[in-house]
Amino acid sequence: MLTLDRRLFLKGTALIGCSAAAHPLMSSMTFAALPGDNRLVVIILRGAMDGLDAIQPYSDPMLGKLRRNLSVGPKGGALDLDGFFALHPRLEPLLPLWKKGELAFAHAVSTPYRDKRSHFDGQDVLEAGTGNDLPVDRRQGGWLNRLLQAMPEARAETAYSVGVEQMKILAGDAAHLSWAPRAWLKLSPQAQMLLEHVYHDDPLFRDAVQDAVQISAETSDIGKTGGPTADAEALAGFVASRLNAESRIAAFSIPGWDSHANQPAVLGRGLDRLAAAIVKLREGLGANWGRTTVLAMTEFGRTARENGSGGTDHGTGGALLMAGGAIRGGRAFGGWPGLGEGQLYADRDLMPVRDIRAYAGWAMHGLFGIGRDTLERQVFPGLELGGDPGLLA
Amino acid sequence: MSFGFPELAAIRLGFGLSPLMPPPADVDAVLSGPAMAGPGPEAMTTDMARDLATRMRSGLHARREGKPEPPEAVAADRKLGTLPVEDLRRRVIRALDDPIGFGERLVQFWSDHFTIRSVGKANHALALAFVDEAIRPHLNGRFEDMFIAADTHPMMLVYLDQISSRGPGSPFARNRPKRHFGLNENLAREALELHSLGAGAGYGQDDVRELAELLTGLRFSHQHGFAYDPTWAEPGAETVLGRDYGGMRRGGLDDIRAAFRDIARRPETALHLSRKLAVHFVSDDPSPDLVEAMAATWRDSGGDLPQVYRVLASHPDLASGLRQKVRQPFDLCVAGLRALGVRGEQIAALDLPGFRRVAWNPIEVMGQPWGRPKGPDGWPEAADAWIAPQTLAARINWSLRIPRLLLKDLPDPREMLVSAFGGTQSAELAWAVPKAESAAEGVALILASGDFNRR
Repeated sequence: MLTLDRRLFLKGTALIGCSAAAHPLMSSMTFAALPGDNRLVVIILRGAMDGLDAIQPYSDPMLGKLRRNLSVGPKGGALDLDGFFALHPRLEPLLPLWKKGELAFAHAVSTPYRDKRSHFDGQDVLEAGTGNDLPVDRRQGGWLNRLLQAMPEARAETAYSVGVEQMKILAGDAAHLSWAPRAWLKLSPQAQMLLEHVYHDDPLFRDAVQDAVQISAETSDIGKTGGPTADAEALAGFVASRLNAESRIAAFSIPGWDSHANQPAVLGRGLDRLAAAIVKLREGLGANWGRTTVLAMTEFGRTARENGSGGTDHGTGGALLMAGGAIRGGRAFGGWPGLGEGQLYADRDLMPVRDIRAYAGWAMHGLFGIGRDTLERQVFPGLELGGDPGLLA
Repeated sequence: MSFGFPELAAIRLGFGLSPLMPPPADVDAVLSGPAMAGPGPEAMTTDMARDLATRMRSGLHARREGKPEPPEAVAADRKLGTLPVEDLRRRVIRALDDPIGFGERLVQFWSDHFTIRSVGKANHALALAFVDEAIRPHLNGRFEDMFIAADTHPMMLVYLDQISSRGPGSPFARNRPKRHFGLNENLAREALELHSLGAGAGYGQDDVRELAELLTGLRFSHQHGFAYDPTWAEPGAETVLGRDYGGMRRGGLDDIRAAFRDIARRPETALHLSRKLAVHFVSDDPSPDLVEAMAATWRDSGGDLPQVYRVLASHPDLASGLRQKVRQPFDLCVAGLRALGVRGEQIAALDLPGFRRVAWNPIEVMGQPWGRPKGPDGWPEAADAWIAPQTLAARINWSLRIPRLLLKDLPDPREMLVSAFGGTQSAELAWAVPKAESAAEGVALILASGDFNRR
């Protein structure tokens, strides 16, 4: 009897959890329609991408004084975008998107995280979407999860965390799914029944196995190709397949941006993967690409100066890359703070001119109709959203 | 069914129960484990690692000049290529054959605390030397000795970019003004944030920078080996956490050791490391009572690890927290083989592709690619970081396939239920196992169960 009681109790809490996740904000969003047709993909670039090298402000005369070998602009093969900024040569596969208005960026953006420049804390702040008012280890849950909580029609299928890495950006009370394209599970009916019995009182295992069986049944073999960008392409291909079905939100990460030394090789590999992922998303999404917004975000930028090892160290202001048929691309968003004396943050880093959350917030406003109030209080508590940059077409 | 300390200790502090050997009888038996986990006869040294790397590179040079590669270069290249897999095999064998298990678990814990990653094939042997030289010899001593050994080890210097950090005012940098040699803060930052005081402890950017300046002078290359080079060092005293090091009577490596020793003895380090041990062995959210008891012993004993381990192994939370931790993929793999009665010699006899199928590939799909954590903070501890649809699928697949691959005769699932859990199994599992359609599915049910995947 004890077991039965415990089960009933667990079942009860699970149900309460579900309904709370489905209707957390009945007052503000009761009559919203289905999640709709728009899609949002967030790519976390773990390790701090050097924005000044990915999108090089080559016409700023100070850049060449701070960096002798890195980020030298078109004379080093970078692709001019607008006479001021140039795209790193390894992002060349994305140049056609820029020309079609499907690629954009905002330079000199950051989270509220400052000064300690730790990857782990920086990523935690980026994915939590909170300010500095909470100590790092008290920040629970991610901002995409709180977005789900603000979408009354959201179900578990609405959002996907993709890849073997844990995505804190989707952690929280709202149900969502997670999967790695190369996982696959097939059980005999009896084994499945027994396993479900054994896992019944352990929600962590119970929910995971149910999802694993279901997703295995639904997805074909994706990502059987090889090569250095294969993993990123497999992630993007799986995301596209889910977004073409019932999902509307997906997050995955591309690691490997920590270019303390030999930056051309380190950053080059990362940019190859990023470009391949975006190209694959576009290809896989087909007509749905026109309703898709991709945000590629990193925890912070890197030092404005080149270091002694042909690399750059942890900095502050970074770059946000945006892609998708839904955006008003082919342009740079936001202001340029300059790289001259007194213009750098702590005399070393690109000065942030806008909170990266403001761009994500306005994207969610445009894609899912999330109100300003909800964004500033629930999704990004404490954020001042500021004016609409007009990201979406 | 009842169980006692021996079962608890084997499951929570070791790699689980085995049908081949009894669990540790008491706390003293558990604490005898770390002494057996020192460097083994097959230990790698920095000198051996340098030799392999240098020979491999001689082959690269020969190829570049269009000459035939010397056979010893080809052999070194081949050896370095398979070394990470052989390292995992070596670790699995030691863990499998260890009667106590606590020592090998500590090797896992401390190697992960001082995370390194062998960047490039040339460093594959150096990564093994790191564990054999910096971790294993200090498992059962004072934390400060391990801290110093780890954060001045060539592998750590390579991994956290210390080898390219020069004092901006050093003779080396001043004589080459056009090359812009400068400071790299990576090791200094992680030494404070991850390895000792912990993020959020009372240190600032100035402490990081001054420690980075103090660390300048540490050099390593495969060709020239490890050295403290005063011409790389930033001149003048450095102030770290309010204490001065170096200055006029700059003592090189001794000043660096003195700074690490002082940092290791701070109360913030005692608390950070006690909590980390408790999180790893007892609970994702350990009780303040356990953490404070360990930290108090840490402070009183000057970070004498065996005394801290004793508090951990004797605390009532060891029993009350049973199954609060999810076994990490390496631990699960070893525990599974152990419960199946597989011996180290059977793992040693597998060919390379066979071993990859049994351990290397599965733990990667379970989310723990061997030797390749994503950052210097190492592997996560939280249960939900390890159990997601895709990673649980990998655990279930391992449970279904690997026992059949390794064993001609599978154990009777009903007997394995007793030998693998020693009375700790849940009523649900005991109900389900006899109902499996085959022995293979019964064994898989045991190995895939929450009871087995938690400790």
